[in-house]
Amino acid sequence: MTDMTSTAAGMTAAATPRLKSWSWTELLFVAPYLLLYVVFLVYPLGLGFIMSFQYFDLFAGQAEFIGLENYQQLFSDRIFQGAVVNTFKFVIFTVPTFVALGLLIALALNRQTWWAATLRTLFFASNVLSVTIVTLIWRAVYLPQKGLLQNFLDVFGIQNIALLQDPNWALQAIAVTTIWWGIGLPMVLFLAALQQIPGEIYEAAELDNASPWQTLWHITIPSIWRTVVLVTIIQIIAQFQVFGQINLMTAGGPNNSTRSMVQFVYEAGFRQWTAGFASAAAQVLFVIMIVAAGLQFWVSRRKQEF
Amino acid sequence: MASKTIARPMSEQILVASVVILAIAWMVPLVWIVGLSFKNSLELVVDPNAVFRFPYTLENYADLMVTSNLGVWLRNTLIVTVTQTVLVVAISCLAGYGFARIDFPGRNLVFILVLMGLAIPQHAVIVPLHKMFNDWQMHNTFQALILPGLAGPFGVFLMTAYFRAIPLEIEEAAKLDNASRFRIFWEITLPLAVPAMATLAIFTFLHSWNDYLWPLISATRPEMYTLTVGLAATQTNIDQSEGLGYLMAQAVFAGLPMLILYIFFQKYVVRAVAGAAIR
Repeated sequence: MTDMTSTAAGMTAAATPRLKSWSWTELLFVAPYLLLYVVFLVYPLGLGFIMSFQYFDLFAGQAEFIGLENYQQLFSDRIFQGAVVNTFKFVIFTVPTFVALGLLIALALNRQTWWAATLRTLFFASNVLSVTIVTLIWRAVYLPQKGLLQNFLDVFGIQNIALLQDPNWALQAIAVTTIWWGIGLPMVLFLAALQQIPGEIYEAAELDNASPWQTLWHITIPSIWRTVVLVTIIQIIAQFQVFGQINLMTAGGPNNSTRSMVQFVYEAGFRQWTAGFASAAAQVLFVIMIVAAGLQFWVSRRKQEF
Repeated sequence: MASKTIARPMSEQILVASVVILAIAWMVPLVWIVGLSFKNSLELVVDPNAVFRFPYTLENYADLMVTSNLGVWLRNTLIVTVTQTVLVVAISCLAGYGFARIDFPGRNLVFILVLMGLAIPQHAVIVPLHKMFNDWQMHNTFQALILPGLAGPFGVFLMTAYFRAIPLEIEEAAKLDNASRFRIFWEITLPLAVPAMATLAIFTFLHSWNDYLWPLISATRPEMYTLTVGLAATQTNIDQSEGLGYLMAQAVFAGLPMLILYIFFQKYVVRAVAGAAIR
């Protein structure tokens, strides 16, 4: 795990030593993958772009070019605007918590004891479960009247909590589920970064009588700043595409309060079967994702701190 | 002075204590649903707190074996996941070696174009992908479930980087013996890449096992469902359902294989997931 960040190194092709000769048959090494790449990634990407300018009847298989109409309809669509807002809200609810909580857990568990190892195992465990299992668990937790949360709140005399049915709380409830599901990843990324900090720095700080807060702010966080930025971007990319939890826990409701952009694409494409319109929405999502991915590329290729 | 020497372990203790409490909170939902899965569902309807006391029963698990489609979904998931994992590793090793060692014209450009694919989210191509398989009349087949998952560039990226790090000299001797390029790859270079292959295999397996959106769209017939989609279909009416114990037994049954695998291969799982996130 200590080695993880270095896999990103040396990616420029020019750095590779070259053999002079090559033959056509040797192209068979890259041919299978390139074929799959073109057919199932590049081609659909282009097709989606074209479809976004079409009115599409998936069942009749007929397409008609309608220019920018899908985009015009999209940007004036109240539900799409709401989906964009909900998606940003969801990112704001989850990403800072992922970063702060992930770092907190990593700081506490960055030691070689059996209990720290056990807790690391525990925090990462939910990460390997599929979204359907996670939502099955958390829908049961949030169940009105008989859910775990209600059971717990009964002790304090708070009654009739139905978070997923409440437009003011449903998105936050899904955010909590998401954090429970995904906290393991930021935790291990921070742990890997913390282990890279040389111990001598801390010894020096101790000699200077630095307080724990001073040590955290002036030594630990600056030393792992690159990882903090990286985790933030990784989480923004991941949470921006939130879909499964929402589709399974609220299906975008109540009152459209949890509909995300991917959920919108899914419903437009596969519930209303308006493929052109859905493609237009997917293009908007794609552009935002490209910007975020470019940012990630830029950060992860930078070796020095900033 | 004295206050500072005490303050340091104090804040440390508060941090550790809060993380321990957090860990307990993290575990409670899991323990609770395992408890539910061993309870008679009707008893839970009368009193949800019944989960905290005897009697417990295996009847939900017995029902699962008899009435549910879980066996079929598990089989489908295994077919899709294992095939995808084997193919991704094989194809990525070949392509990775090609990009690392064979100096065909335009290689760097092609490689950069492939790397750019890392930025394409699955969700951006889902609508056209569905249309393609619809045109080919291939939905509700294993090919449809498997093929799109082979196009992601992460494996090629990983293997190319790994092969490049292997010194060229190792292959020189074999080259003098006029061995074919494939033999050099197969007998000399590939065995050195086993750690990277393991990382890629684990990541692909996990990713494929837990995939939700594509199987949801492509497999519409219950006999073609994977576990994730099948479980999604059964939980739609959880609010009205009186079978809470039964549903939770399903969750436990479906989640257990991954959790067991995780506990045995924890180091590799963590490395694979973290490595894929950083890229």
